Amino acid sequence: MSEQGNRPLIEVKNLKEYFNINMGMFRTKPLKAVDDVSFSINKGETLGLVGESGCGKTTVGRTILHLYKPTGGEVWYDGKKLETRADIQEFRKKATMVFQDPYSSLNPRMTVSDIIGEPLDIHNLYSTKQERMDRILELMGHVGLNSEHASRYAHEFSGGQRQRIGIARSLAVNPDFIVCDEPVSALDVSIQAQVINMFDELQDKLGLTYLFIAHDLLVVRHISDRIAVMYLGKMVELADAAEIYDRPLHPYSKSLLSAVPVPDPKAARANQRIVLTGDIPSPLNAPSGCPFRTRCRYATEQCAAEIPEFKEVEKGHFVACHRTAEVN
Amino acid sequence: MSLLEVKDLHTSFFTDAGEVKAVNGVSFFLDRGKVLGIVGESGSGKSVTAYSIMQILAGTGKIVSGSIKLDGQELVGAGEKVMKTVRGNRISIIFQDPMTSLNPTYTIGKQLMEAILLHTNRNKKEAWDRAVEMLRLVNVNEPEKRMKQYPFEFSGGMRQRVMIAMALACEPDILIADEPTTALDVTIQAQILELMGTLQKELGMAIIMITHDLGVVAQMCDEVIVMYAGSICEQGTADEIFYNPCHEYTKGLMRSIPTANTAGKKLQPITGTPIDLLNMPEGCPFAPRCDAAMKICIKQRCENMQLNDDHRAACWMNVKRGVEDGSITLEGGADHE
Repeated sequence: MSEQGNRPLIEVKNLKEYFNINMGMFRTKPLKAVDDVSFSINKGETLGLVGESGCGKTTVGRTILHLYKPTGGEVWYDGKKLETRADIQEFRKKATMVFQDPYSSLNPRMTVSDIIGEPLDIHNLYSTKQERMDRILELMGHVGLNSEHASRYAHEFSGGQRQRIGIARSLAVNPDFIVCDEPVSALDVSIQAQVINMFDELQDKLGLTYLFIAHDLLVVRHISDRIAVMYLGKMVELADAAEIYDRPLHPYSKSLLSAVPVPDPKAARANQRIVLTGDIPSPLNAPSGCPFRTRCRYATEQCAAEIPEFKEVEKGHFVACHRTAEVN
Repeated sequence: MSLLEVKDLHTSFFTDAGEVKAVNGVSFFLDRGKVLGIVGESGSGKSVTAYSIMQILAGTGKIVSGSIKLDGQELVGAGEKVMKTVRGNRISIIFQDPMTSLNPTYTIGKQLMEAILLHTNRNKKEAWDRAVEMLRLVNVNEPEKRMKQYPFEFSGGMRQRVMIAMALACEPDILIADEPTTALDVTIQAQILELMGTLQKELGMAIIMITHDLGVVAQMCDEVIVMYAGSICEQGTADEIFYNPCHEYTKGLMRSIPTANTAGKKLQPITGTPIDLLNMPEGCPFAPRCDAAMKICIKQRCENMQLNDDHRAACWMNVKRGVEDGSITLEGGADHE
C-alpha cells in the first residue's frame, strides 16, 4: 500500500507461455496460456491480477518466477534481464511465491521448522544450526506463529495458520518480490481478513513488492495499488485500483466488476448487472482477433480480424479494445 | 402455517473422538416463495442443517432431537418411505461442486430422466420431453443435442445448470442450494444467480440458500440466518441483518469484508480461530473470539431473543444495551461486567 519509488522492480515484456497439448499420435497443438503480456511492477507496489479460471493469471505468476520456461518474451528484475541459469538462481533468492492451497502446498512429513527452513538449506543462508533456528523463529514471529509451533506438523494447523506457514517459508530468503497466487481464497471470511492484514503489515515492514493474483475482486481492490485484468491469456486492462473500479473501460472489465456480489442488499437491488452470455472459450480454440469478441456485445468485424493493441489511452490506464471510444 | 418449520433441531456426528454437535438447537420458519439465506463459516453447521432437513446425513450423523415439519407433516422419525416421497418431489437440493455431483459414466439426458421417471408417472418418451423442457428452462443451448452428451463435455456453469434442471424437474416446493456458486467464476456466478432468481419467481418455490458469501446473500435473500458453531446467532430480514446487525459475530463478519471504502486501510478481522466442536464452551460459543465478551457470556449461553418483528439475536450485548437505555429491567441483578 505504499508508492515509494517509481522504479520498476519487475518488468515483463511480451511474455508468452505456450503449452503443447497432445492431440493424438505425433500431433501437438500449442495452448496459449499467456500470450504477449507486458507490464511492470514498481518497488513497494502491489499489482493485483484478476480474471476467471483459465485466463492465465497463475501461469503469468509462475512464468515470471521461471517455474515454467517462458516460450517467448523477457523478464527484467531490478533493471537487469534474466538470461542465464545463474541469473535465474540469483533471482529466486529475491522472488518467491505463496500458493493458493495451504493444504497441498505443505509437505505433511515435515515439521513447521523444516518447511520454513528448507529455502535456507537450499540457498545456504546460514553457517550454524543456531543461526538457522534463530532465523526460523524470527520468520515465525513475522507471521504471528509461536515458537512452540516449530516442531509440529502441518496437519495440526487450521487453514489460516497453514497459510501463515506458507508465507513464512516464502519470506525465508529475504525476498523483494512475492507472487501471491490466490493466497486467501481457501480461507473463511474472518480468517481471510487476518491474512490480508498480515500481507499489508509485512509489506510495510519489509518493503515487499507483490503480484497479487486472485479472483475475489473485493479482496484485490482492497490490497492493490494497480490492477490488471486478464482474459484468455491476454491482458485486457491495467489501471490504478480506484480508477479501474470507478471507470473500467474494457467491456470485459465492466461486466466482471458488475458481476461481483456486493454485501449490501440495497446496492444489490439497485445494481445494473451486465450478465455475460455463454462461457469462456477454450484457450485451445481461442477466437481470432480480440479474445473477448464472442461474448462482447460491442463486437464488430474489426474485432474478429485484428488483435487489439494494448495501449495507454489515458495516463496509466491501459486497455486492449478496438472500440474504447465508442463503448465509453 | 409455514411451509417448513424447523424447531430446536439437534444433529450430532458420533465420531471415535466423541459426539460432535454440528447443529445445536436451530429453529426457523420458511414461507412459500421466500428466499432464506443461511450464512456461516466452515464448520458452522449450515450444510448439516440442510442435510438434516433432507435426512441425507453421512453414516455417523444423526438427528438427536427436534422437529422438522413440512406443510404440517412431521419429518423427523417419519421413516425412509416418507422421506423418499419428500426428497426430489417436495424438497430438492443442489450441491456445491457440479464437477462431482454428476455421474461421469451416464449421459446428461439419462441422469435427468432418472429423476423424472422416479418421481412422476411419466413414461420414457414423456420424461425425455420433460428433460429437454427443463434444459431449455435453465438456458442450455441445443438441449436435444446436449441430452446425449456426457458431463465432461459441459463446463462448470453448464453442469450447475443441469443440476438446477434436475432439482426442479419435479417442481419442488423448496429448493436447497448448498453453496451453488462457490466453485464458479464471478461472471458465471452472476448467470446462475440470475437464473435462480428468475426461476424462483416464475415457479413460486422457496429457496434455502446456503453460502459463506455475504454478497450472494445480499443479492438473493429475503431473510437471513447467521450461524456460528452449530447455533443461530442472529436471524431476520436481509435489511435488518445487513443494516442493523445485533450479534457481535455478525458485526465482526461485516467488518472483515473488504469493500470499496476499506482500500488503503486495515481490515478489522475477527481474532482467533473457530472453536473445536468437540470442546464446546458452556457459554456463548463466540465468546472466546469476541472483543465485547462479558462475564456472563463465558458462563451462560444467551437465548435467541426477539428484538423486533423482523429480528432475533442471541447476544448478551443486546440485554446490556437494553438495560442501559432502560427498555429492559432486570430482576435480582444479574452480573454483567
